[in-house]
Amino acid sequence: MIKILISILSFAFLLGQSNDMSVQDIIRAMDNNLNAKSRILTSKMIVHGRRSSRTIESKNWVVGIDKAFTEYLSPPREAGTKMLKLDDKLWTYSPQTDRVIQISGHMLRQSVMGSDMSYNDMMEDRPLMELYEATLEGSVEIDGRDHWIMLLTAKVKGLSYPMRRAWIDKEYLLPMKEELYAKSGKLLKTSTMDGIKKVQGRWFPTRFIFKDELKRNSKGTEWVIDEIEFDSEIAESRFSKARLRK
Amino acid sequence: MLFKIALKNLLGARLRTFLNVLVTAFSFFLILFMSAMYDGMLQHAKQVTMDTEIAGGAYWHPEYDPLDPMKFEDAHSALPAEIQSLVDQKKAFPVLVSQASIYPGGRIMPAIMKGIPPDQNIVNMPTGALAGHDDISIPVLIGKGMASDTKLKVGDVFTIRWLDADRTYDADEGTVVHIMDTENFKLDMGHIWIPLKKAQTMLAMEQEATYVTYEKGLPTVQDKGGWIPRDINYLVQDMEAIIEADKPGAIIMYMIILALAAMGIFNAQVLSIFRRGREIGTLMAIGMTRQRVVGLFTLEGGLNAVLAAVATLIFFGPILWYFGANGIPLPIDYSEMGMIMAKRLMPIYTIGLIVSTTVLVSVVVLIVSYIPSRRISRMQPTDALRGKVVA
Repeated sequence: MIKILISILSFAFLLGQSNDMSVQDIIRAMDNNLNAKSRILTSKMIVHGRRSSRTIESKNWVVGIDKAFTEYLSPPREAGTKMLKLDDKLWTYSPQTDRVIQISGHMLRQSVMGSDMSYNDMMEDRPLMELYEATLEGSVEIDGRDHWIMLLTAKVKGLSYPMRRAWIDKEYLLPMKEELYAKSGKLLKTSTMDGIKKVQGRWFPTRFIFKDELKRNSKGTEWVIDEIEFDSEIAESRFSKARLRK
Repeated sequence: MLFKIALKNLLGARLRTFLNVLVTAFSFFLILFMSAMYDGMLQHAKQVTMDTEIAGGAYWHPEYDPLDPMKFEDAHSALPAEIQSLVDQKKAFPVLVSQASIYPGGRIMPAIMKGIPPDQNIVNMPTGALAGHDDISIPVLIGKGMASDTKLKVGDVFTIRWLDADRTYDADEGTVVHIMDTENFKLDMGHIWIPLKKAQTMLAMEQEATYVTYEKGLPTVQDKGGWIPRDINYLVQDMEAIIEADKPGAIIMYMIILALAAMGIFNAQVLSIFRRGREIGTLMAIGMTRQRVVGLFTLEGGLNAVLAAVATLIFFGPILWYFGANGIPLPIDYSEMGMIMAKRLMPIYTIGLIVSTTVLVSVVVLIVSYIPSRRISRMQPTDALRGKVVA
């Protein structure tokens, strides 16, 4: 009986804590869940085309929000392709051409490996706190779970998406669904996440689905996280341009 | 005197002369026709480019490179004062260029979005069709080729997505208000044209442009403010390069034909000297110098070129005239291959072309006539009279 009482009290305390959180707290908690000091992950990107799907496997090393290194592992055609992000610069290396190319300007808006994600989508991982002003629009229950609906409007210039709407799970403190809007208010992309697991004390999704909403009949692009490790030591040499050719 | 003898001898050879003249005339015709065709292509490309795209020329933003769409986002600014003054006087019009993604039928396609003033009348483009569509979010003008690629028809609505000056995504619905039929693929393939003011608002680039096209006959402005003037010759140089790249094949072909004609004449000359040894000896014996005999034989050969010119006029003249007047219908649409090509190609015969072709054929014929005739200068009249020819 005491155990049940303690459980109910604990649950009520947790629920109360979530509901008492300010908008800023929610965004900060969401940023904390999604960002880490460093992370090493192995993932699969499944690009669903009209007729068939392609699976691209990669390993990523990420430090903070400024440094990221990606190596594609399969399929054989893409294996050995590498990408390095340092601050707002991005380089790719293709073993076929044995050349390092800097991707800049408009090329950052191009699709990554034919997926629904652009290089910019991949790069724009600054904390939402820094970029957006958040407004709580309400709460909603989805699949039996409570969510906040949050409208985020850009507070800095130069963001790809000046407005986004997020459905944030009150327990996981993760944006389970996001809608990304153009300046005109037209819906451009959606992203959803599922397969939430507790990894090293934080809730983290194991699958993301990105979809270009302007494409008709688009099945989107899945990003499945197979393994993830937070706050591991990553050698500084990992983020050198010389590493692209190795 | 020498000319009369040469002509008599040449006509006396009948079939041999006829065949030599015919082959020479054919090569004459081919060179003339092919060169006229290339000239026609270039002239047409220049004319179409001037008419539909560049009029008197253009001023480009220093960062603008039409072959590098990745640089479009940096290639825009307010116009320098003197160029702006031309625009204000309606002697020039600005165009704002940007990259966009379009979604015709829900498929994503890259496109070059250009803002143009609907009221311009400097280039021959139906931009007037963009005016007066206050009920439409973005009125769009496209070419026939683009319409075919995107399967869009007049009245169709499709999404356009672009990045504004702050590099923020924006999107809205475009409506096709007109489909233009233009021979200039540069206005058609991969292009969507919208009103300039609309483009400036959409891209948050008020009063800015990427290039300015000015009307014919205007001198270059003094203060270009760093903008780069581009004349007609610069703007058709890619077309010229394509034609130049295609020329060697044609040159090889008509050189082979010309070589065949030259070989026929050469062979006839060699044969004449062998067969007409006694005649050469007699001419020398009655007092004709060796040089004059050599001249006679060279002239005989050289007259082939004159007869060939006449034969070209008689046999091929009507063909040249017909194509010159009616053009040559082309079976395929070259605009998809990136060429400005008329549906009916009109060859252009210039005086320069006719004179240069005549000189080329005549020089070749004279050379091949002279080389075998040189042998005569080494002949003794007594040997020649006995029919002995120096090998």
